[in-house]
Amino acid sequence: MSRPGLLSVAELGRDRIVDLLHLADSFAEVAARPIPKVPALRGRTVATVFFESSTRTRLSFEAAAKRLSADTMTFAAATSSVTKGESLRDTVETIDAMGVDAMVVRHASAGVPARVAGWVQAAVVNAGDGEHEHPTQALVDCFTLREALASRAGGEPADDLKGLRIAIVGDVRHSRVARSDVLAFGALGAEVVLVGPPTLLPPSTEGWGVAVGHDLDAVLGEVDVVYLLRIQAERLREAFLPSLEEYSERFGLTRARARRLPEELVVMHPGPMVRGVEIDAVVAESARSLVTRQVHNGVAVRMAVLFHLLSASVPDGPGGTSAASAPGLPGDGAGAAPREGDRG
Amino acid sequence: MAEVRLPTVVVRGGLVVGAAGTARADVLVEAGTVVALGPGLDVPRGATVLDAGGCLVGPGLVDLHAHLREPGHEEAETVETGSRAAAIGGYSAVVAMANTDPPTDCAAAVRAVADLAKRALVEVAVAGAITKGRAGERLAPLAEMAALGVRLFSDDGRGVEHAGLMRRALEYARPLGVLLAQHCEDEDLVAGGVMHEGAWSSRLGLPGQPALAEESMLARDLDLVRLTGAPMHFLHLSTARSVDLLRQARAEGLPVTAEATPHHLTLTDAEVAGFDPLYRVNPPLRPAADVAAVRAGLLDGTIDAVATDHAPHPHDAKELPFDQAPPGMTGLETALSVAYSALCLGPGEEAPGWLGTEAALRHAGVADLFRLMSTRPAAISGLDEKSGHGGPLAPGAAGHVCVFDPNERWRVVAGAGASRSDNTPFAGKELAGRVRHTVVAGEPVVVEGKAQR
Repeated sequence: MSRPGLLSVAELGRDRIVDLLHLADSFAEVAARPIPKVPALRGRTVATVFFESSTRTRLSFEAAAKRLSADTMTFAAATSSVTKGESLRDTVETIDAMGVDAMVVRHASAGVPARVAGWVQAAVVNAGDGEHEHPTQALVDCFTLREALASRAGGEPADDLKGLRIAIVGDVRHSRVARSDVLAFGALGAEVVLVGPPTLLPPSTEGWGVAVGHDLDAVLGEVDVVYLLRIQAERLREAFLPSLEEYSERFGLTRARARRLPEELVVMHPGPMVRGVEIDAVVAESARSLVTRQVHNGVAVRMAVLFHLLSASVPDGPGGTSAASAPGLPGDGAGAAPREGDRG
Repeated sequence: MAEVRLPTVVVRGGLVVGAAGTARADVLVEAGTVVALGPGLDVPRGATVLDAGGCLVGPGLVDLHAHLREPGHEEAETVETGSRAAAIGGYSAVVAMANTDPPTDCAAAVRAVADLAKRALVEVAVAGAITKGRAGERLAPLAEMAALGVRLFSDDGRGVEHAGLMRRALEYARPLGVLLAQHCEDEDLVAGGVMHEGAWSSRLGLPGQPALAEESMLARDLDLVRLTGAPMHFLHLSTARSVDLLRQARAEGLPVTAEATPHHLTLTDAEVAGFDPLYRVNPPLRPAADVAAVRAGLLDGTIDAVATDHAPHPHDAKELPFDQAPPGMTGLETALSVAYSALCLGPGEEAPGWLGTEAALRHAGVADLFRLMSTRPAAISGLDEKSGHGGPLAPGAAGHVCVFDPNERWRVVAGAGASRSDNTPFAGKELAGRVRHTVVAGEPVVVEGKAQR
């Protein structure tokens, strides 16, 4: 069995989510420095193991690891022995045998990170598995929402999202981001409504603690946040939708719809966006859009996750961090990385 | 089965299970036939004595549904290893399903498996395919295979999707005196679903298949039975509505029979939460209400038989991601213990913890257990008339005997069995009761839990 990793938001609960967000606050400060790097994970090795293509998630994990001074290894299925028929288990055990401390795993099939965690010693971080979960994206989304709320209120970010009303719109059925977001937003006290045609909503939302709607215009007046999900053209072939035009007409955040929205309503999207389908290009670039902040915050939040999982085992080295000896969760001050003595 | 010199066998000191109840008796088997039954029988000189103290002694079990994989997938199982697993599980006969490679869809293919079966430890009855290549397009030569003694036909692994073709198959089969067995699965409704569609599939982000995929084909076929008058058997029913549909059909007097698997009467779709493909199976594991309905259907006689759907797969195949791994679970070596644990433990007997606490449902007698796992499947497969399977144990009956120790508690260890594959969903779980000896046609093929060849 591997050391504890992060496979699902369900493992975290409200308090650990808040701890990670606090930790990410500290790392966001690091990112603002002239040399945005700390020696917190010097000597540790983080492997990104991606069986499915990705741009932002892989890059942001690698940037996060490098800013923590960890060594990084990159595995991409397309250029690996997987193309020669090497099995999933052999592949990850081989990487594990090279001595990595964390394995950041993405796979097109649900559950692969959980299975890998049963086979390797390294801490396994789920970077997106099929239509199951994408826990770090959910943490990024919570962080970004807190940040937006704080800048509006002009103070420190609140810990919770209590009272916030969030509509997640689109292909929830096939969305790992939505599954993780529902868990994270719910844990922080937000009210969530899923909106889309029944074909694109999960067959059951039993236990999700969400409302469900099929009329975007009816929902828009009731929410503070609209979280849009990508619509893939392949959904047409499987008869989930008649056409992208009809989808856009009913569920897209078009310019006409956006004009009717209250000014303070914010729009989010995990990317990649399909402009002109679920979101109009102008809306995506508008002041209410948090899309760029989501990408920006990805690095600090993933630094927090990697630090949280790996710091307890960091040996004290030259310029090493006191976090090595800090038991329990970092983020309580004593264990946070970006302390005075840690500047690289 | 191989030619072996048959010893005289005395099964001594057990409780013999009959339709009316149990009675303490020894069983004397000579030259493959039960010749005497009663307490304190004299042991003839040179006889093999099988101690059955504290055990239930019933007719050898009959499995209507086993995948022995040979020819084509010998890396998973062979007729020989599968038959050894069956013997360990108390079976004296199994029906080998047709989805080998090539499939048993013609006389030559049936003969090839029947030849392999000569080395088997238990009787292996070969099932034929309903359609050529199990492709669901054209009828396989049912009469040609029936002439070789094939009694049960199925495209199992896949349903016969086209209603018109299924109708023709039933009409054509009716005068042949054979039985068509359906794997109810409407592929269009399955639409790539890899587990039961419901709360768990939604949560896990795995594509689900609705219960309706099974039920709609069952409903269609019940109508076809009504139309054609041909008998039909339904494999591995797994939903509450399937049990209801069948109950209505039986009340109406339609000539239908059905089976359920050990896993569908014990495991739920919650098992999939860890994404372990050991729990991928078709039909998929269902929610608890369906599991309870399947148990109730077995207890009230709506479902005739417990059948294993023993489906071995190589270890590597079950290390694929859940949605890519092949469906199927092994079952021959655990079926009787699982069924006993789930159905037979009475008040005051503690069931293994993982089975839950629905004590009210566990009230089958051991006579019911042997009815479900020997007598009825023997009758459905024709193995009762063909070679005397299914009991009851009485003078003159064939010497197929299963000796089961209901008091043993054991933990299933994956890979420790006789099957070539280790994909048992019961690995690590405690079971009540274990097969101690198996006698097939007078030959003690399993003694003290050990296969004798």
